[in-house]
Amino acid sequence: MTESNVLHTGTRGSRILGLLALIGLGWMLLWALVISPPDEVQGENVRFFYLHVPAAFAAYIAFGVTALSSAMYLWKRTRSLTWDRIAGCSAEIGVLLTALMLATGMIWGKLSWGVYWRWDARLTSTLLLLVMFIGYIALRGLDAAPDVRAKRCAIVGIIAFLDVPLVHYSVTWWRTLHQTPTLDVKGATIDGSMLFSFFIAMIAFILVYVWLMLHRNRVAMMEQAIEDHGLQIAIAERHAEVSA
Amino acid sequence: MLRTARLMAAKDLRLEIKSRVTAFQVVPFALLLVVLFAFAFDADRAVLLSAAPGLFWIAVLLSLFLAVGRMYAIETADGALDALRLSSLEPAGIFLGKAAALLVEMLALEVVLLIGILVLYDVNLALSGLVLLVTTALATSIGLAATGSLYGVLSAGTMVRETLLPLLIGPIVAPLLIGASRAFQAALGTRLIDDGSGKLVRVVAVSEGWPWAGLLLVFALVYTAVGLLAFGPLLEDA
Repeated sequence: MTESNVLHTGTRGSRILGLLALIGLGWMLLWALVISPPDEVQGENVRFFYLHVPAAFAAYIAFGVTALSSAMYLWKRTRSLTWDRIAGCSAEIGVLLTALMLATGMIWGKLSWGVYWRWDARLTSTLLLLVMFIGYIALRGLDAAPDVRAKRCAIVGIIAFLDVPLVHYSVTWWRTLHQTPTLDVKGATIDGSMLFSFFIAMIAFILVYVWLMLHRNRVAMMEQAIEDHGLQIAIAERHAEVSA
Repeated sequence: MLRTARLMAAKDLRLEIKSRVTAFQVVPFALLLVVLFAFAFDADRAVLLSAAPGLFWIAVLLSLFLAVGRMYAIETADGALDALRLSSLEPAGIFLGKAAALLVEMLALEVVLLIGILVLYDVNLALSGLVLLVTTALATSIGLAATGSLYGVLSAGTMVRETLLPLLIGPIVAPLLIGASRAFQAALGTRLIDDGSGKLVRVVAVSEGWPWAGLLLVFALVYTAVGLLAFGPLLEDA
């Protein structure tokens, strides 16, 4: 496949992957909503778990990929705009998944704690993570030469990722010094079928992430191709003008 | 490197003193914030006292955005940044100089702001609290200045610096803000509760703030180290 004749973002591989992701999601819904039993402590609320935790997991993978690709870009031996593109695409999907995780987490929190929001370390650092990567995407949107933009985004992406432990640590310390530690959800023993549903959900979300990545990445490639193509057309027009 | 830093810092501070933007625009803005906060909280002394540490640092943070934007707007004008890049001065030195200049500006602002809060919110400050206060302010300002000068260079030359800078800097310095507010709370002893007879009782001991001050010092070192590493590549391309 050459970049110039791409007309759509799907390939055989991505279609199979998309189908697998769809099956995984269906399976996840079946297990999470129908087959898996309600929790002893949390009752039916526990079903949020199958959506919330895998979304969180996939979101961290996405930001991890962004940080890693940023590092690959900064390292001179592997410097390539491909890494920059992967970092950007992954950050966008990460923001989407983080928003999903926060939304489900808040609804779940309302049901089990009675409030939408608690200032605990995980929630707070996740919210800041979301804001940081929204900033990162905004930075990517600025007009600049591709390599300039790639380098500055790579640095900001890595710093944002590295800042998360600091935020987490300081919020933990803050909350434990001044308030009783956050309520622990004690699911002491986890039922076998619950654990199975959970793994299915994990796999489904990772498949969705990979599938979205493939498509987003191709869209980015096509955007680049259009830009290059546009430039070529403009150059050709200028040549035609001069020779006319 | 240190010579470069001294040169940069002196240049930036001289510019500031000459133009008086920090003195006559940023500092009054910070004081205005203190007054506006009082309006927002209905000038209720108990509320203002317990909110004072956080409000202080929010005011500092908002002023930092202005100061950073201003510092790099100067560098962008007249192609000064290109000259800086061609000057073969060490980027690490330039970074340290800019951070130092920003640090001095922030500290000056904090002194005025502190006096404003002490007077307007009627806070009593003990000597033991003052030592903690100064340590905290110094550590936090180092962290803020380092982050500010690093991210400022990102925005140099782009059209959207005023709107993007706060979004980028805010979340990064969140740990500093948490720590600084807690340490100030202990130093000012402003987390007061009503004991029922209408008298306000201090509930946070000064000693509770020292662990935070220690943590802030560690953060200050981390932020400065990251800035030293990342500034060079960013400056090349800004």
